[in-house]
Amino acid sequence: MVKKSMSKTVGAKTVVSLIAGMFAVLTVAGAGFCAEPVVLGVAGAHSGDLASYGIPSIKAAELVLKKVNARGGVLGEGVQMTTEDDVCKPEVATNTATKLASEGVKIVLGHICSGATKAALGIYNASNVVVLSPSATNPDLTQSGDYPNFFRTIASDDAQARLEVDFAIDKLGLSKLAVIHDKGDYGKGLAEFAKQFIEESDEAEVVLYEGVTPGAVDYSAIVQKIKRSDADGVIFGGYHPEASKIVMGMRKKKMGTVFISDDGVKDDTFIKVAKEYAEGVYATGPRDTSKNPLHIAAEKEHQEAFGADPGAFFYNAYAGVQALLNAIEKAGSTDHEAVTKALRSEWVETPIGKISFDEKGDAIGVGFSMYQVRNGAYIEVK
Amino acid sequence: MEYFIELFLGGLTRGSIYALIALGYTMVYGIIELINFAHGEIYMIGAFTALIVASVLTLLGFNELSILVIASLCAVIWAASYGFTIEKLAYKPLRKAPRLSALISAIGMSIFLQNYVLLAQTSDFLPFPALMPEFGFLEPYAHIMSSAEVIIVLTTALVMAALTFLIKFTRLGKAMRATAQDRDMALLSGVNVNRVISFTFIIGSATAAIGGVLIASHIGMINFYIGFIAGIKAFTAAVLGGIGSVPGAVLGGMVLGWTESFATGYVSSDYEDVFAFTLLVLILIFRPEGILGRSTTQKV
Repeated sequence: MVKKSMSKTVGAKTVVSLIAGMFAVLTVAGAGFCAEPVVLGVAGAHSGDLASYGIPSIKAAELVLKKVNARGGVLGEGVQMTTEDDVCKPEVATNTATKLASEGVKIVLGHICSGATKAALGIYNASNVVVLSPSATNPDLTQSGDYPNFFRTIASDDAQARLEVDFAIDKLGLSKLAVIHDKGDYGKGLAEFAKQFIEESDEAEVVLYEGVTPGAVDYSAIVQKIKRSDADGVIFGGYHPEASKIVMGMRKKKMGTVFISDDGVKDDTFIKVAKEYAEGVYATGPRDTSKNPLHIAAEKEHQEAFGADPGAFFYNAYAGVQALLNAIEKAGSTDHEAVTKALRSEWVETPIGKISFDEKGDAIGVGFSMYQVRNGAYIEVK
Repeated sequence: MEYFIELFLGGLTRGSIYALIALGYTMVYGIIELINFAHGEIYMIGAFTALIVASVLTLLGFNELSILVIASLCAVIWAASYGFTIEKLAYKPLRKAPRLSALISAIGMSIFLQNYVLLAQTSDFLPFPALMPEFGFLEPYAHIMSSAEVIIVLTTALVMAALTFLIKFTRLGKAMRATAQDRDMALLSGVNVNRVISFTFIIGSATAAIGGVLIASHIGMINFYIGFIAGIKAFTAAVLGGIGSVPGAVLGGMVLGWTESFATGYVSSDYEDVFAFTLLVLILIFRPEGILGRSTTQKV
């Protein structure tokens, strides 16, 4: 009976899987501890305005489970799946987490939003549930060390700033850096990290730290200020319209200052607008994995099952489920200590590359690369 | 000292940009006491027209100077026809209505034009070709002030002089002043008030289009939204200098440009707008009519 409901669960539509999954969980809970099948909880924004970020994770989990179960499952049993919606709201996420934990779920793929994830983690921690998010980028989640059961397959917000600063100091040998941002959450957040990292290193100093007003007609004053600060490099946090105005302003004033920015600038519009002035500009961007055969295979699976291109964080979720199931298989149980240990020691081939996790729970092998504009295109700098 | 001069010149350029747009605001306000919020959009449409014409001409292989002249002319004519049409469609029917109605109509027009360009063109930023010539003799000073910046400052001065001449010394100017003073009385003494108002909009829109071409060419990019921020700043400049006064608009633009430039240079660009608007508040507290504005008693 249990087996039957399981095979129905996998690959079926979300609603069906949810009901069947919950039914299966209840049956299992009644059956006691012997030969407990693994249940994967999938939590995140499955409805509401941010559903487009959460639904692809459910699809990724379904596809991976279908494949794994076709090969005989994990620990000799088929893996089941149960989904819980948190609508991306922290106050709902605590309920979601409580529900999953009380149902006896030991591994969770989720949550999607950083705020909701943070709210839920305390509950998962207390119940020894291993959590893996495909999309929560808030640095604190891993770096605070408060959540040893938490992992993620996406690079955290500060990873770009880290890469920019390391590149500026180690690769380019710059020592006087001006950090400029656009006062927005994203740009300022990155700039603050960049400033902090530069200050922590002994080899460079921040000679200028300022925010500019987005959309201003020109940035000649800030360009003069950069020139006066004698900076040999500018690290800019923000988007391409402001970046192109600043870069064009600097180049027109005959300043050769190195310009390093983020994935808000690693956009072809930047090159289109700044044209010859864009040459030589550095920008970080997500590592290109679209040529990875596993990436192509996952995309094809999604196409066949749902008849559409995968949505946001699909590959991160796909890789996450693979990593979780692999860790359970290697650990030989769903005991959280064994599973977290296996996550940290085992490497898995996934659509986003070969990954493992560091002590804090951030994925190794996932992240950003540095690109440079050369002959009118962004080229990855090795 | 060199830093001071650089900031001064940077502020001068920025101020000229504000002033070029503010001239249109202030003229329209001077004649019919309407804050034409769609003025920023006319500036944007002028820039878009120039971009389209310049792209076509470049494909056809015209030389640089003829592209600049033809593109600017097309932009001026096209923007002026927009200004004329907007007045006829959105403001003229409301001339007898309370002033607030026309103001809301102006805001509606602004939103309509923005979205029209967004749908008809694109929401992306587009590169704008550098139409202005590079002067060889200015090359050694390019790190202080580029040719484009010199052209913008000179054009602003020229446009201001031409408008002052038009208003002070021509028949049309006399009719404008008469209309501004008392529309009904002007009508009774034989001034074709409708034509005068139409002309005001045409001239205001033409200056906005000139501004659009020069500024877009200097900055190197445009999108449908550039008119909004430039319009707000130019409006501030016009109020600062005394709305309704042509030299006041230029002076207001300069003061705003310098304030922003020096605030960024010596304090922090984080507070650029804070300084600009603190100055506006201070000036309006001590001179409510603006720096060069005339205090008019409220008409009853």
